[in-house]
Amino acid sequence: MSTSFTTKYIEIQGVEQTFKTKKGPFCALQNINLTVARGEFVALIGHSGCGKSTLLNLIAGLTTPTQGSLLCANREISGPGPERAVVFQNHSLLPWLTCFENVYLAVERVFAPTESKAQLKARTDAALAMVGLTPAAQKRPGEISGGMKQRVGIARALSMEPKVLLLDEPFGALDALTRAKLQDELLQIVATTQSTVVMVTHDVDEAVLLSDRIVMMTNGPSATIGEVLSVELPRPRNRVALAESAQYLQYRKAVIDFLYTRQAHVEKAA
Amino acid sequence: MVSAVFHNPLDAAAPAARSSERSAAYPTAATAHKPGAPAHNDMKNPAPSVITAPAAPAAARQPWDSSSLWLAILPPLLGMGLLVLVWELVSVGTGASIPSPRDTFIQAVQVFSDPFYNKGPNDQGVGWNVLSSLKRVAMGFGMAAIVGIPVGFMIGRFDFLSRMFNPLISLLRPVSPLAWLPIGLLVFKGANPAAIWTIFICSIWPMIINTAVGVQRVPQDYMNVARVLNLSEWKIVSKILFPAVLPYMLTGVRLAVGTAWLVIVAAEMLTGGVGIGFWVWDEWNNLNVKNIIIAIFVIGIVGLVLEFALIKLATAFTFEEVKN
Repeated sequence: MSTSFTTKYIEIQGVEQTFKTKKGPFCALQNINLTVARGEFVALIGHSGCGKSTLLNLIAGLTTPTQGSLLCANREISGPGPERAVVFQNHSLLPWLTCFENVYLAVERVFAPTESKAQLKARTDAALAMVGLTPAAQKRPGEISGGMKQRVGIARALSMEPKVLLLDEPFGALDALTRAKLQDELLQIVATTQSTVVMVTHDVDEAVLLSDRIVMMTNGPSATIGEVLSVELPRPRNRVALAESAQYLQYRKAVIDFLYTRQAHVEKAA
Repeated sequence: MVSAVFHNPLDAAAPAARSSERSAAYPTAATAHKPGAPAHNDMKNPAPSVITAPAAPAAARQPWDSSSLWLAILPPLLGMGLLVLVWELVSVGTGASIPSPRDTFIQAVQVFSDPFYNKGPNDQGVGWNVLSSLKRVAMGFGMAAIVGIPVGFMIGRFDFLSRMFNPLISLLRPVSPLAWLPIGLLVFKGANPAAIWTIFICSIWPMIINTAVGVQRVPQDYMNVARVLNLSEWKIVSKILFPAVLPYMLTGVRLAVGTAWLVIVAAEMLTGGVGIGFWVWDEWNNLNVKNIIIAIFVIGIVGLVLEFALIKLATAFTFEEVKN
């Protein structure tokens, strides 16, 4: 599987991120080197506070690194942009807009210059249909469940036809059953759209199930990439079948081993 | 449902809880934001006492429970009774130089039987007086809103402007609006525009400050959405900032109207003309204490109605997320 990803798409070279705090500079990330190929699904995993969200924000362009460079399609990432869509952990839907309007806002921004209103509407409807939310299109975020909100967030991100999909613990706030359902949906959607995905997670099963590579990060401060694990499970993946697969369990064991044996000391500073 | 835990304060909680929580959160959060912010503490403090108003109808809507009904009616009645009792005692104690509640009531019935008579500029019905005061408040307040809300948006949006204007606001805000009255008289050469000017000055600060704080407190998540979508400044303002700031803005409006109604009485006492403040002063010159007491009640009731209407308005425009 990993052999098919030869083209470098996202390149992260020697990135360091330092935040200014009252107690002096705080080094969150250090010496990060990572490349992501086109169409690859990469999971960033690590204990909380290890800077995985910081790294995702850097790729999104929401923050700029103190040192090093980030490239996306051979271009320097200088700020956020619709070609790198982000699904936020807390969905971040605008509560005064309906689900349709929330997605439409994104569609309009990307496609309004070239397409008619009817086409924009069709795109919005299609995005909502992809996550199975056509019936809830005219509801406000306050009227739907947490899982549905997160799906609208995913629909909003996908509707922009991004080159890269960045997911920041997208299912972290959901209950286990809803999470599993959305993971399966995401697997399907990514298989259809062939998106490049970088996903932050703290869930070992989620990482193994979804990704082609798992990037395991050491504990902060000055966190860096500890180990990269290639997950060579055949796709399409089925969670029920995988639960008994020896290969799956082996990957799972490797990640757990890294997280709980080698990086066990959790948040002493915090 | 579970995700509600991760919501921002803005998403979560009912309107009443929101406003009180907001006012409680102000001192710390706002102070961290900018140096001029301590000003909000006292601006905000009226809020909690006021917040009880929307809760009252909710209590009344509960199923017929005689004890809760008693609790809703009896204490306010007792409070009013206490007021009347103390008033009566004071009246007796001062040998009726403060008129008794009964005499005042009889006088009030007479005053309100013809509120809209007009016998020249110095003798008009209480209705005309209240209306002209309200007109001044509306004009001064309206102009303050036109200027203050956009200025608040700018100050909230651009750190540079915030740093630039904060010292000015901190310096000018504590000044009693009446201190501006002579300046108004000098510049506008008339009592009426000077009174409106005073109202303008006193209502502009709460609107600037609350709008600015509202803009600064727009959840970072929403702004991140704006940045990832790369929205135009106009879209950011119309789709994100304005709806998010509206509840704060309406709080500013409410505080501004409340202050304006306090100030107009004092301003009219100084400027004369027709108005409830002037009426009080005129009745003092006539030594008609009953009418002064009636005026106090009228001022109180009008203020109460204004406040209540604005709370209703704010509730209608407040979007809460949590209904599931």
